[in-house]
Amino acid sequence: MTAVLVLEDGRIFRGQAYGATGTALGEAVFTTGMTGYQETLTDPSYHGQIVVQTAPMIGNTGWNDEDDESRGIQVAGYAVRDPARIPSNWRSRRSLEEALTEQGIVAIAGIDTRAVVRHLRERGAMRAGVFSGPDLADDAELVERVLASPRMEGADLYGAVTTKEPYVVPAAGEKRFVVAAIDVGIKFNTPRMMAQRGIETHVLPADSPFDAITELNPDGVFIANGPGDPATADKPVALVRQALEADLPVFGICFGNQILARALGRGTYKMRYGHRGINIPVVELDTGRVAITSQNHGFAVEGEAGEEWDTPYGRARVTHVCPNDGCVEGVALFSGRAFSVQYHPEAAAGPHDAAGLFDQFAQLMEGGR
Amino acid sequence: MPRRDDINHVMVIGSGPIVIGQACEFDYSGTQACRVLRAEGIRVSLVNSNPATIMTDPEFADATYVEPITPEFVEQVIAAERPDALLATLGGQTALNTAVALHERGVLERYGVELIGADIEAIQRGEDRLKFKEIVQSVGGDVPRSAVCHSMDEVRAAVAELGLPVVIRPSFTMGGLGSGMAHTPEELDRLASAGLAASPVTEVLIEESVLGWKEYELELMRDRHDNVVVVCSIENLDPMGVHTGDSITVAPAMTLTDREYQHMRDVGIAVLRAVGVDTGGCNIQFAVHPKTGRLVVIEMNPRVSRSSALASKATGFPIAKIAAKLAIGYTLDEIRNDITGETPAAFEPTLDYVVVKVPRFAFEKFPGADPELTTTMKSVGEAMALGRSFGEALGKALRSMETGTAGFWTVPDPDEEPDVATPTDGRIYAVERALRGGRSVEDVARESGIDPWFVDQIAAFVELRAEILAAPVLDADLLRRAKRAGLSDRQLAALRPEFAGEDGVRSLRHRLGIRPVYKTVDTCAAEFAAKTPYHYSAYETDPAAESEIAPQTEKPKVIILGSGPNRIGQGIEFDYSCVHAVMALREAGFETVMVNCNPETVSTDYDTADRLYFEPLTFEDVLEVIHAEQASGTVAGVIVQLGGQTPLGLAQRLTAAGVPVVGTSAAAIDLAEDRGEFGELLRTAGLPAPEFGMATSFEEAKAIAARIGYPVLVRPSYVLGGRGMEIVYDDETLAGYISRATTISEDRPVLVDRFLDDAIEIDVDALCDGHEVFIGGVMEHIEEAGVHSGDSSCALPPITLGRTVLEKVRRSTEALAHGIGVRGLLNVQYALHGDTLYVLEANPRASRTVPFVSKATAVPLAKAAARIALGATIAELRAEGMLPATGDGGDLPLDGPVAVKEAVLPFHRFRTRDGEGLDSLLGPEMKSTGEVMGFDASFGAAFAKSQAAAYGSLPTSGRVFVSIADRDKRAMVFPVLRLAALGFEVLATEGTAEVLRRHGLEVTVVRKASEGGGPGQETVLDRIKAGEVDLIINTPYGNSGPRVDGYEIRAAAVAHGVPCITTMAGASAAVQGIEAMIAGKIGVRSLQDAHAVLRKARS
Repeated sequence: MTAVLVLEDGRIFRGQAYGATGTALGEAVFTTGMTGYQETLTDPSYHGQIVVQTAPMIGNTGWNDEDDESRGIQVAGYAVRDPARIPSNWRSRRSLEEALTEQGIVAIAGIDTRAVVRHLRERGAMRAGVFSGPDLADDAELVERVLASPRMEGADLYGAVTTKEPYVVPAAGEKRFVVAAIDVGIKFNTPRMMAQRGIETHVLPADSPFDAITELNPDGVFIANGPGDPATADKPVALVRQALEADLPVFGICFGNQILARALGRGTYKMRYGHRGINIPVVELDTGRVAITSQNHGFAVEGEAGEEWDTPYGRARVTHVCPNDGCVEGVALFSGRAFSVQYHPEAAAGPHDAAGLFDQFAQLMEGGR
Repeated sequence: MPRRDDINHVMVIGSGPIVIGQACEFDYSGTQACRVLRAEGIRVSLVNSNPATIMTDPEFADATYVEPITPEFVEQVIAAERPDALLATLGGQTALNTAVALHERGVLERYGVELIGADIEAIQRGEDRLKFKEIVQSVGGDVPRSAVCHSMDEVRAAVAELGLPVVIRPSFTMGGLGSGMAHTPEELDRLASAGLAASPVTEVLIEESVLGWKEYELELMRDRHDNVVVVCSIENLDPMGVHTGDSITVAPAMTLTDREYQHMRDVGIAVLRAVGVDTGGCNIQFAVHPKTGRLVVIEMNPRVSRSSALASKATGFPIAKIAAKLAIGYTLDEIRNDITGETPAAFEPTLDYVVVKVPRFAFEKFPGADPELTTTMKSVGEAMALGRSFGEALGKALRSMETGTAGFWTVPDPDEEPDVATPTDGRIYAVERALRGGRSVEDVARESGIDPWFVDQIAAFVELRAEILAAPVLDADLLRRAKRAGLSDRQLAALRPEFAGEDGVRSLRHRLGIRPVYKTVDTCAAEFAAKTPYHYSAYETDPAAESEIAPQTEKPKVIILGSGPNRIGQGIEFDYSCVHAVMALREAGFETVMVNCNPETVSTDYDTADRLYFEPLTFEDVLEVIHAEQASGTVAGVIVQLGGQTPLGLAQRLTAAGVPVVGTSAAAIDLAEDRGEFGELLRTAGLPAPEFGMATSFEEAKAIAARIGYPVLVRPSYVLGGRGMEIVYDDETLAGYISRATTISEDRPVLVDRFLDDAIEIDVDALCDGHEVFIGGVMEHIEEAGVHSGDSSCALPPITLGRTVLEKVRRSTEALAHGIGVRGLLNVQYALHGDTLYVLEANPRASRTVPFVSKATAVPLAKAAARIALGATIAELRAEGMLPATGDGGDLPLDGPVAVKEAVLPFHRFRTRDGEGLDSLLGPEMKSTGEVMGFDASFGAAFAKSQAAAYGSLPTSGRVFVSIADRDKRAMVFPVLRLAALGFEVLATEGTAEVLRRHGLEVTVVRKASEGGGPGQETVLDRIKAGEVDLIINTPYGNSGPRVDGYEIRAAAVAHGVPCITTMAGASAAVQGIEAMIAGKIGVRSLQDAHAVLRKARS
């Protein structure tokens, strides 16, 4: 069955329907990870996006019951070149296509994904639609539908993925710390990695009042990754400012980095096509060491290596950059009381090079006692 | 962290001759290293005995020593050059072993040379099996479980724990002697008790078997700042039990989830750090249990390896180049990624295509060798292909093999049932046939151990085949899907007879506008723009699909066709010539385009040509590349004469398709290959050739033999490179040959040539521009005619040929070059029999000896040939300085330095089904995998060096065993007497001993194997096995049929590494070499020095 991927500038790619049929509208972005499609598809940060997978053969290891990073598939749509005909892995429970269909995700296969990537690289991430089955129409009509969909700039999306009710992920073994995690799109692996370090994580809805945090008497505050434009995340930014005023240790990842940076007075901007992959180098400016990181962001914090500035909470600085393009990958207070990174130390998918940041957070909380 | 400023002079060790398991990938890596170091302003001295390499071109190092890679010679080079550091991680195991030996002898310390890349401790930690296991466990990694046992009771207890099958490895035995795998309690009893008995300390290691587990490799790099990146993951299609060099391998890994992959990455990085490879690349091999996911570490190579070369070509991340930069102190983030030009090398490449490597075997060259694939590597080469899907890449890789079978369905199915359980060359075809025969994916996967995902990919081909067969017509949609799936026009033609061959499919395809797009290898899945045009083809069905070929610069383009996978008879020498063509034409203002599919080579480095197409060298694939290049600009010419038989074989069809093939024309190539036309040319020119005839039956063959006289050389008429050639001495063996030649028919007759017994064979490489002939070099073979020129050693300048003969050689070569119409290179083989110079064959193309001649004479023949092909004249090239102003390689000063080329043979890699060694006898069929060059002032010293480089040194004392055929007994006397005079004890078989005694020599008689041994009556085999023989001279009687004694002696020599000489000419040369060694230390000299002398002598 035919499917088409329509970009807002009128470029159209034709392939076959994959997963559910119908319409998917969202921002077309590409991810370069060669493994981890299950984690990627279930990562809340991809909410509202049509993900183009550069790895050409997808679905080889099927879909298992352990590797989801949230309650279900989060992407708006999915575009691949060659889906596996059968899954093969001892943990697989169903095929990727079954998972997509069950969860109503409209996808497309058989297109020249590399041509899509080159287009997005040159023109920037843009609105797109995947159409198949009854939703097919003539090209001009489909472009109109794409143009009628909302843009990513200014999109307030974390509300759609945050938990409705608070929940607790207990520490593995002895409980050493309590952390309040502001859920703007948290992945399952983050509390899991906290738990391994004796952290009991209280995952809170993104619009929780500060009282909800203080009630827990936490050792630290964590701000998760998440979708959408950080410029819209005023409430979480206010929450973080309150935490900083209370001198609580703060650690942020991805969207959390942008929120902390905003709380520290920095702006954010939309990148042309973002960083989405699991092979991205980040230089820690203090040591010059390079970590290979998992990343997924279309917005970034303004600034560059070596920058320092004053904030109401003390002097702050850029701590990490991506050597590919100089993009800010981490900010911190000089005091070390608050730090965040633009990449994903919780990986899933991706390398574990940056896992030490969770230890750093634990040490920070340890020192605060 | 910028580069270290305390390193100003680095010595690089190459890997020596091409052997199975160590091929031109180390020329690629070494060449990159030399380039990088020199670009940093570092003086580079290089040792490598292999003249066919690019790295030993004088322009790649400051001082190039084409000398044996033995600790003795390398020490001499160190003493002469006094380098600050030694880089030994880019020359394979040979270089690494040499570095360890130099360290152990205190040489590095004595001369203050620092080992960079990996230190001695790291090398040892990586290589010591038990130490390595401990390290893996210390970082939390898992290894195959094992137990050290000293009795059968302990063995049984261990097996109760581990479960069968187990691997048994006796401790402290040589070369894996006594090791094996036990599947049953009976096998266990037998193997373990034999192993305990074989071990001098009565100890065996019982190890859990990982046979049938999934096999993976990671290529990692680390810098001195402890940054680590994984460059590539490789998954073996064949499960554990088949050497990775013999497996079909795929990059990236196809059947791992991220969780499993990251676990592998974590373990790999931890092991790399613990072993302590400070800077550079390493390769770690893993096994994964297919049902439980348990991951164990198998081994690591603390150096650049064959897999690193593959990973470099597969990803565009140049591991060797980066390793060289890391070794001198740079860190990954300081090194730029050449391909993007803007991002650093501190990242992990990501692929938006699939890479498949298929090994190339040569079992047909070694009748009797067991073709089952094991943990001992047996393949002689490989081809790599890139596609947008596994199927497409597999299809391209299979048709790159040039074995006659070009992917599924291109040859008739064999009669026997497909065996998917036994790993063999071509098991993938058996998998396809089994599925086609109705077996299920699960079934085939279980039996073969191949992951179901891969088996299902083959099943997709089977389903597509059925669809194509059933379709009423091959319409555009189906054709497009078939091409996207990876089928060639030839495969489609095999399924649809109405096309009457691939030309019919192609014209339909072109009519429908179905052509491949060309994508780019860019390390980053198109995230960043690529600066380097490194392309591969793919078919897309999406109408919006894009091709990425850059428009041409203002320069005219020249396309150079490479030589494909290494095989016996066509190896690195041809890559050398292709690379030289690229260098010369670039310099002359052309834009160069390389097409090749061999991942080991320098030619497929994205840095070599202006544009690189990593494509099969089939007519279809080449034609599409030419079409794409013509669409982006003007193609001035396509060069087919430098890549060996592969591109040469395309000349006619390309010409017929209107492609501008430059250099010697297709018609001229055809003339040289057509016996009738070529015979006419010889007659006209008055050049004698051995008499011959063609036979389609034994009776006819016998009649021809009677007419021209025995011995005769017989061979099938339709193969090249000495395949199936034999020398036959009588009717009986002739009858035997004809009866074995099953494919004999009217259109495939057997050629019967007069064989010139005891003739001296002469090889000539020459250039011709249509006006003038330039003799590159005249090589005199050391073995008599009858040994394939590729297996024969030879000397340049000739050592015994007089001026009259040389003059005759020149005149004949000139007549041939003009008669054929050569525009470029010509290779002629002559046989001097009495006073007559016979023409054996003439090949209007670059030969295997071009690099050897170029290095021995300081004249770049392949560069000149490429220029001539594009219109330059020899006179112009002389004026430019590319060729000498006057004279040529035919009038070298006869008192100048002598270069000896020696072939390296792979017999020790193979075993018969019974586990015996193979016969090392040389004949008209080529068997060598590589070559070395010995270069010195005298023939004796040059020959001794060639032997040291090829086989380890000739002995200078000890015992020589002599067993000589009757016809050689006269020639034997002098050299054997000389050996005795030099202090050797002479052992001989009865008949040989008798003759020697008559010349007053004390000889110890040893029994032939066929005479049987007994207490106090050792046979020669016993003495060889006991290590009591240092040199063997054994010339065989006749050349066909069973010659049991000779065979067993030679097989034992191979198995025990004793030098074994099978011709009297070789024996005489060896005696001269031994004399030179005894007379005094043989020195070393750089090629640059020798070339300066040669040039001076000419001017």
